[in-house]
Amino acid sequence: MSYFVLVYYGLLIAASCVTAHYKMRSPFMMLFSLTIASAFFGLLGGEDWLWGITVCAALLAAAAGLAYSFREFLGMVLNPDASYAIRSAPLTASFGLLVVLVYVVAALFAPVIAPFGEAEVIGGAYAPPDDKMILGGDQLGRDLFSRLIYGARNTVGIAFLTTLIAFVSGTLLGLVAATVGGWVDQIMSRIVDTIMAIPQLVFALLLLTIFGANMTTLILVIGFLYTPLVFRLARAVAGNIVVMDYIEAAKLRGESTWYLITREILPNAAAPLVAEFGLRFCFVFLAIAALSFLGLGIQPPTADWGSMVRENATLISFGVITPLIPAAAIALLTVSINFVVDWMLHRASGLKE
Amino acid sequence: MNGLAMLMAKRIGLGLITLFAVSVIIFAALELMPGDLAEQVLGQSATPETVAQFRKELGLDKAPHIRYFDWLGGALQGDFGVSLANKRSVADQLAPRFANTLFLAALAAAISVPLALTLGVLAALYRNSIFDRVANVSTLTSISSPEFFLGYVLILFLAVKNPIFPSISNISPNADFMEQLYRTMLPAITLTLVVTAHMMRMTRAAIINLLASPYIEMARLKGVPRWRVIVRHALVNALAPIINVVALNLAYLITGVVLVEVVFVYPGVGQLLVDSVSKRDLPVVQACCLIFAATYVLLNLLADVGSILSNPRLRHPR
Repeated sequence: MSYFVLVYYGLLIAASCVTAHYKMRSPFMMLFSLTIASAFFGLLGGEDWLWGITVCAALLAAAAGLAYSFREFLGMVLNPDASYAIRSAPLTASFGLLVVLVYVVAALFAPVIAPFGEAEVIGGAYAPPDDKMILGGDQLGRDLFSRLIYGARNTVGIAFLTTLIAFVSGTLLGLVAATVGGWVDQIMSRIVDTIMAIPQLVFALLLLTIFGANMTTLILVIGFLYTPLVFRLARAVAGNIVVMDYIEAAKLRGESTWYLITREILPNAAAPLVAEFGLRFCFVFLAIAALSFLGLGIQPPTADWGSMVRENATLISFGVITPLIPAAAIALLTVSINFVVDWMLHRASGLKE
Repeated sequence: MNGLAMLMAKRIGLGLITLFAVSVIIFAALELMPGDLAEQVLGQSATPETVAQFRKELGLDKAPHIRYFDWLGGALQGDFGVSLANKRSVADQLAPRFANTLFLAALAAAISVPLALTLGVLAALYRNSIFDRVANVSTLTSISSPEFFLGYVLILFLAVKNPIFPSISNISPNADFMEQLYRTMLPAITLTLVVTAHMMRMTRAAIINLLASPYIEMARLKGVPRWRVIVRHALVNALAPIINVVALNLAYLITGVVLVEVVFVYPGVGQLLVDSVSKRDLPVVQACCLIFAATYVLLNLLADVGSILSNPRLRHPR
């Protein structure tokens, strides 16, 4: 028994007692179940696991503190309306906002932030981290940190472009289907149903075999495959709007279909579509990362997180976490966007369970 | 009862039409290939005679619709043609791998379904408690992480730092059941993490929806104990959404399997598909896609049939 273990359990038990004494139910439950879990894992894996739990808890606490400060900061900077909204947001949402902001900054100012070029060979292959390369080198001796920064630009940029393509085409087709109705709607809906009957990843693999794997085809293929999902939502939302009296009035005025779609329906359908954008972006982003990981997406030497995981994957069997870093970068962004979207949906549904 | 049979027949008929349309799409994809398949495979230096010979071998000299029915007829009898890369029969390559993939998916389902349902019901019961919040954040995290991230994290902690499971799931054909189980465990756990999160969130939402209905409130007011409300009143009616959730997530497993198999070098259909895509080996890609798509369509069909059967209101549409 080292001092660390004694202090660890001592602190946990003391904190549990304090929270229990002051009738703080939730913190007590959390602390005490953590104590029991620690005892279990401590017996199973020894002191290392306790260190692991401590590091995780410290990281979580740091993230929570950061999120809290960021929320307060936003609350002070923004105008009263937005400030009220942000102050009522859960910590997860403000953490998500912060992370998304960091990614956007990294993507926009990549050449300024990154110490080395995207494809510049600096040291030996798989060089360990040192002063020059803070995360070490990859399989060709390129700086991992610089590639990570450039990866933000490439991966996120491409995913954004692809989502935009899927959104513009899906929304347009969906609104046309809902407005025109009749057999146009029927045919489009049946085509969409058929496309959605094939799992997206499998369909993407089929299309990439045919058209060859490069960046342009990747963007077009994924954009095409995610159009049906947007189409369905746009059609459903517009379906509720088309039956309104003001649409009837516009039709009687003799307005064209194009006018109806862009001036009457689109402005009223915008809100749910924007919320959907964040969610779709996550799926598109994950799909592109998956294809790049399989070696069929963004091609080298372009820095991209999915292919970086693939290129460094062999290192994992030596217990080196290099391949996990770009994978974690992907996970962190999608988790953050999901946190923000979750909060937005919660707000949109009127703050009720 | 007659109405129910009609409804089922309609739904199954729709499923068959979808399957047919899917097979047409997968086949038509070949036609879309820019340039001539024979010239692409044989390369620039091929003489016109070898090209003609190759086209004849693959039946490329026939009209597309005849080739389609030849292909579909063969596929229905388990004959998917020969691989372009190694000239072996696609069906022979596919059969053992398909069994492996099914084993992996079944193992993942066997762990995740009971786990997700239990956790989902608990989260719904104790909603807004600390347990629910922790579950919410951790499931959201696990859904948002790419499968390969979870896979490598598990390899790092359960195979490299603490060698409990092997990091590479190479299964020899004559391994016994326990050996296969042991080697499949890590990929199965990875899949479980993703699917459980999905299933648990959907189960929670379904139950919460149900708990808000007036007859549950009535039961509570009448003084029925809490667990009895859940077991006797809520769970029976939650069956339809739960069946739906399970089937949809099993369909989701199909996509997840591809990535996980690559991470763990697991000899399944997904691995074969990815390898064949980079080699542009079309017959194999088509066969794999057809298998994945057919499973996906069938599971979706199963979800619909299950919810029709378990929900009397759907049986008598007004």
